[in-house]
Amino acid sequence: MLRINNLKVSIVGKPIIKGLSLEVEEGEVHAIMGPNGSGKSTLAAVIAGRDKFDVDEGEVDYMGESIFDMSPELRAREGIFLGFQYPVEIPGVSISNFLRTAINEKRKHLGLDPLTGAEFLKLMEEKKRMVDIQSKLTNRSVNEGFSGGEKKKNEIFQMAMLEPRLAILDETDSGLDIDALKVVANGVNSLRSKNNATIVITHYQRLLDYIIPDFVHVLYDGRIIKSGGRGLALELEEKGYEWVKKETGEATGA
Amino acid sequence: MADNNKILKEFTGSDYKYGFYTDIEMDQAPRGLSEDTIRFISAKKKEPEFMLAFRLEAFRHWKTLKEPQWAHVQFPPIDYQELIYYSAPRKKPKYESMNEVDPELLETFEKLGIPLSEQKQLAGVAVDAVMDSVSVGSTFKETLARQGIIFCSFSEAVHKHPELIKKYMGSVVPHTDNFFAALNSAVFSDGSFAFIPRGVRCPLELSTYFRINAANTGQFERTLIVAEEDSYVSYMEGCTAPIRDENQLHAAIVEIIAHKNAEVKYSTVQNWWPGDKSGKGGVYNFVTKRGVCEGDHSKISWTQVETGSAITWKYPSLVLKGDHTTGEFYSVAVTNNMQQADTGTKMIHLGKNSRSTIISKGISAGRSNNSYRGLVKTTRKAENARNFSQCDSLLLGDQCGAHTFPYVEVGNQSSIVEHEATTSKISEDQLFYCLQRGIDMEGAIGLIVNGYAKEVLSKLPMEFAVEAQKLLSVSLEGSVG
Ligand SMILES: Nc1ncnc2c1ncn2[C@@H]1O[C@H](COP(=O)(O)OP(=O)(O)OP(=O)(O)O)[C@@H](O)[C@H]1O
Ligand SMILES: [Mg+2]
Repeated sequence: MLRINNLKVSIVGKPIIKGLSLEVEEGEVHAIMGPNGSGKSTLAAVIAGRDKFDVDEGEVDYMGESIFDMSPELRAREGIFLGFQYPVEIPGVSISNFLRTAINEKRKHLGLDPLTGAEFLKLMEEKKRMVDIQSKLTNRSVNEGFSGGEKKKNEIFQMAMLEPRLAILDETDSGLDIDALKVVANGVNSLRSKNNATIVITHYQRLLDYIIPDFVHVLYDGRIIKSGGRGLALELEEKGYEWVKKETGEATGA
Repeated sequence: MADNNKILKEFTGSDYKYGFYTDIEMDQAPRGLSEDTIRFISAKKKEPEFMLAFRLEAFRHWKTLKEPQWAHVQFPPIDYQELIYYSAPRKKPKYESMNEVDPELLETFEKLGIPLSEQKQLAGVAVDAVMDSVSVGSTFKETLARQGIIFCSFSEAVHKHPELIKKYMGSVVPHTDNFFAALNSAVFSDGSFAFIPRGVRCPLELSTYFRINAANTGQFERTLIVAEEDSYVSYMEGCTAPIRDENQLHAAIVEIIAHKNAEVKYSTVQNWWPGDKSGKGGVYNFVTKRGVCEGDHSKISWTQVETGSAITWKYPSLVLKGDHTTGEFYSVAVTNNMQQADTGTKMIHLGKNSRSTIISKGISAGRSNNSYRGLVKTTRKAENARNFSQCDSLLLGDQCGAHTFPYVEVGNQSSIVEHEATTSKISEDQLFYCLQRGIDMEGAIGLIVNGYAKEVLSKLPMEFAVEAQKLLSVSLEGSVG
């Protein structure tokens, strides 16, 4: 589904992603962990189409097509969803209005009729239950005055509404209380199917107790320096990133 | 940011949606302005003597005045002797039924999406459409008449209700008020008159569509709304104009009088031709709008959405004369390309416990300039007067300007005047957030701008609000693909 090959990305001349390769197939859940500033959000943003980064080298293919030929909105309509680390506020725009616009854009792209008001409301009720979001929240402006946790829940709610093929969740677990964490995990798990894939970016192995990843990758200074199964996350938590660095440094040195 | 700027620049590419011109035989006054022109206009309209006297007095005063220079706008000098001050469709101006109305005119309204037809009537709106200067169609008059409501063209009112016109015309905006008010009082061609009698709640939204149509013709409308004790009316005015090469002067007057316990809501969606991208052409909109809350507990609110005009000079104001009166001003002003807007309000508190609210939302794009200018004044007698003002500016791109000129004169220790102002930009993060959800750039800007203006849009009558939302998006839309 997603193939990243030797990707190099910089911003204002400063290299951030320094030769990264990753393959994600349908049905898989990948976790990306790594220290602050290692390039996790940058990778997510480049996949989603943020244009402030310069792609210097490498390929990213999504569903067999180069992602760089697609506009950000097209990528979204084709099923790429980014749960933002820092969701922005859009004053005066209600979540329901925002989502209805988004869903109908996607449906138009897929050649479907727009949802009627009633259909949309029904869908919203269903998904609200799924992510346990308060009814009031959807009448409020997008993220305006939301608590940190509410913003993250709202990202999951939007994901549930948009039913993406590839969801990238950038630290969606940060700032969540334990109940909310379960809700988020539950949201991800119930959407999990053999047709879609999820990339979860996180600092905490705790999330991975609830969302069981197929692969764990360590992103360090713009490169994936180690990949493994679920056990890697536990090991990381115990030993820290310096351990991986040392280990892989030795590995390359040998 | 560079890329964002490029996109925002492309937004200046929006072409005026309603740019076409109807060819209807005109019946014009000779070019220029003199006592003879005024006599011609008055005679053409078969006006009673008092009207001619009113016009001539205003004209004599106007000759002693100079154009105001204080607004934050720039334009080449207007040659008032080059303008034509009266034009009317040659066909007789009143029709028994819609079938008699010039089909070309109806087509024009159709193109504008102005449903002067059955749909609008079914929607419960009586439309008094003003084509250039003379009213050509009026509906629902009977429904209104049954309740004693008068809603007709100004000229008709002059003939049928001279006592009301004599009593109220110029009582809120005297011809001595300002240069453009004097000019309007001298040469005004037509407009609308609404009278809501004591104790009556007007069952329909009264609505008037204005439209400039003749080349080189100044458009001088005059509107007078009188709400007697315990009455209520919601009045809507909306307009679009065809593309013209030369600047067109529009200097209207609106006067509102609210007696004891009366409430008047006045809503405008204004979309005059703003000129092309280089700023050529476009309407000069120099309007004097004022209401007076004459009686105790009366209330007047102005809600306006301004997207058009090359230059807007407009300050719908309120004099809160009675005690416990309420004045409101809700405004969204969009400027794009080379447009210039200097708009705002004046709230003059004379009565005890009078209250006013000002919510102004400016949106500037392209190389436009958008100024808010507002005066809040409380007089010595206005005990416990209160005002709250919120003036926000939203900038799209970095070549446009937003300015705020709040003036406050407090004449009473017990009055409270609060002013808040913010300036913001649409951030790249906001735009990207929308794009990432599958909404394209135009849609994103439309959403964000409408969200920003929501507080004001929500004050508009329902169907007007929908039009206004579209208009906001259209005014800022471009060739972004
Ligand atoms: N606009 C920018 N200008 C300069 N440097 C930037 C810019 N945006 C990001 N960077 C840098 O790129 C590097 C990677 O940032 P990124 O946000 O991808 O890290 P991250 O792995 O997501 O970190 P965290 O765990 O803290 O979220 C950081 O050093 C950051 O300072
Ligand atoms: Mg990050």
